Order: sequence, then C-alpha cells, then structure tokens
Amino acid sequence: MSADPANRMGWVPAPQQGWVAPHIASEFPGLGVAWVEVDAKPGRSPEPVRRRLRDLSDRTYGSQAIRLRERPIPWAYRVFYRQIGLDPDRTRTAVEQLTLERLEDGGFRSHGLPADALNIAIVETGVALRAFDANRIEGRLCIRDSAPGESLPEGSGELAKGTLTIADEARPLGLLFGPTAEDYGIERGSRRLAIAAIQVKGVPQIAVEEALWMAASTLEAA
Amino acid sequence: MDGRFDSRGGLTTLLGMPALLRHEGIDGLDVAVDERQARRQLRQQVARLEAELASLFGEAFGHAEVPHRVAAVGAAPRLLDLGELEALRDELADRTAEARQALVERQRVEDENRELVERMLASPQDFKWVRVSREDLGLHGCGHWHSRPRLGPIGMLMGWWRVKISSGCPLPGRLAAVEREDEAEGRA
Repeated sequence: MSADPANRMGWVPAPQQGWVAPHIASEFPGLGVAWVEVDAKPGRSPEPVRRRLRDLSDRTYGSQAIRLRERPIPWAYRVFYRQIGLDPDRTRTAVEQLTLERLEDGGFRSHGLPADALNIAIVETGVALRAFDANRIEGRLCIRDSAPGESLPEGSGELAKGTLTIADEARPLGLLFGPTAEDYGIERGSRRLAIAAIQVKGVPQIAVEEALWMAASTLEAA
Repeated sequence: MDGRFDSRGGLTTLLGMPALLRHEGIDGLDVAVDERQARRQLRQQVARLEAELASLFGEAFGHAEVPHRVAAVGAAPRLLDLGELEALRDELADRTAEARQALVERQRVEDENRELVERMLASPQDFKWVRVSREDLGLHGCGHWHSRPRLGPIGMLMGWWRVKISSGCPLPGRLAAVEREDEAEGRA
C-alpha cells in the first residue's frame, strides 16, 4: 500500500492490479484481479456493520433472488463459471450464495469482520471478493493455472494440471472461486488484510472499484 | 478452406485441391489450425444460452418446473478444451429447449384452466365442487374459484350452485427467523 495521498481512493487505498497468465488472458479477455490492503482486526462486527446487514436483509427479497441470475454482473459470473467447467447452481457465485443464505436464514447473519464487510460489498455490487492475510502474500496477486506437482498449502493433495488458481508470486493461495488455503486465510491474529476482487468479462471496472472501496472502508471504519 | 497464407503473408488459392479430396481431415496439409477462435465462439454461445436459460428460469419460477441444471465438467475450475466446450454448449442448448418446451406446455395448461373458470362462472351447476386456484392460472397470490351450493345442503338439493371466489393471503409480517434473532440479541 502506498501512503501517497494521491494514490488513495477517498480515504481507502487505491486498488492494485494483479496479473493474469498470458495464455489465460488470451482465452478470457476481461479476466482480472485487483486488491486493496487495509489494516483491520478480525473479530465481532460493531453495531453499525450489523445494522447495515439488517438493512440489507430488509432490502433483499425472494423475487430478487430468482431474478438475480438475469442481472448483468451475477450473469457474467455465472457465464464464467460455466466456461471454466463449474456448475453455478452447485458451486454458487458469491452473491447468489449469500442471497440464498439470506432466504434460508431469514436475514444476513453476522459472521464478524472481515466476512461481514465483504458480504456487504458482495451483495451491494455483485462482485466476487475474497480476503487474505496480506502479511503472508509474496508480491502481486495473479490468476494462473497450476503447474505440475503444485498443491495448495494445507496439503489437500496435488492440484490437477491446469487448475485455475489465485496465487501470489510464490504459490497458489486457493482455487479461483474456491476456498482459500488455510495458511493464507484470515485468522484472529491477522492485522493486515488483502481484499481481492476477481473481475470477469461483463463486470465493469467501476463495480470492482466500488466493491473494494465498500469492503475496505467498512473495515477501516470498524 | 479455399486458400492459405504463403511465406510472404499473401493469401493464395490452394492449388493442391486434390490433396483435400484425398484427405478426410486437414492433417498433413500444412495448414495451421487455431482453435482459439472456435473456443471463443463456443464461449459466446455458452454466454447467450446461459442468459436465455436464466430468463426462462425466472419466467417459469412459481409456475412450472423447468429443467435448468447442467452438470459441472469437473470439480475444479480449469480451461476447457474444444470438445468439452462443445459438449457444454450442446447440453445448455438441450436444457434451454426443454425449458422452453416446459413453459409452452405450462402455458397451454393455464389457458385451459382459464377457459374452465370462464365456463364455471357461466354455469356453476355443470362443474359441481370443481376448484381452480390462482396458481393453476399462473397468477400470483392466494385464492381460488370454487363451484359450491348456496346455503349448504339446501342449495345442493335445490340445485342452487354458484362459484365462490376466495381471496386473501396471510397478512405480511416479519419473518420468524428475524424475530428469533432479535429476541436472542435482546437476551444477550
């Protein structure tokens, strides 16, 4: 993160752009990863964040959930899921998963920070976000396919060659749109977080920036 | 293919046309095939089909069950090859056609039910005890048309039949789960 005031989006750091492996970028124009780093302390969400979740619950209805997949950004993620071999009705997109949980639970449940900050931004914008422990990331984030013999850090077995991952410059941090490797996820002791947005074709840059700004500002204000 | 690029980058007509006739495929013809364009086309088709399927799903929800599931190609995300993309496109196309057919079928049933209600209203005595719900007509909300006798058994004996239109959904209130959460927070 730069301390340069000119490089800040309001009072939140401007997003940094990650890279996509060239052969993947040529297959999927529009695919990208951007992230911001913020200082934050994981734990129970303060009342304003919980109130915002309740407000979001009141604004989210079943009829919206049914029509969600027709809206441009959720549709763009569904299409991308199909194109990389996932079934979006089984491995749900982030916003669809949260909306489904909202309907099942009767409201957006608080899971503490940073999860609540990410969930608010995901529901408001539709953009897929994830959080990593920034102090454990080496270099820039990227989207690439796995190399032969590579595996995720928690040792859940070797990744099949060509598996799409989100990675730093040393190793994969998790599957693209899958769970984050335990070593890189947020723990109680994490103090600096990297909030990453995965952009696919059809998701405007302004939505990505808004999602990152929303998540980061919620965390910084907490 | 009616031409190929020569070493200077110019397009020339294939003089070796008989070679094409001798070969079933294009192997050995020294013609480079770029599958990337084909994969891009297939991905665009997948996107269009996904949009259509999503629209049909939304339109049908609450009216009819439409097939909309297409199984994942694998457990983990990866680049799909041409054959896998073709299979995915075909499955999506099949599912879209099935969904469209299911909707047409449902529309036919709803039209028939609409006609039935009109005939019930015209002569209730010909449709004794028949009950048609708003859902059967593809309408939202609660209620139904029910052909039943006036004054109970007396009307039944006298042949005084009418169509009673019921209405009224339960009044909207807060979800029970929200109330429980509020109570739990209050106790804490």
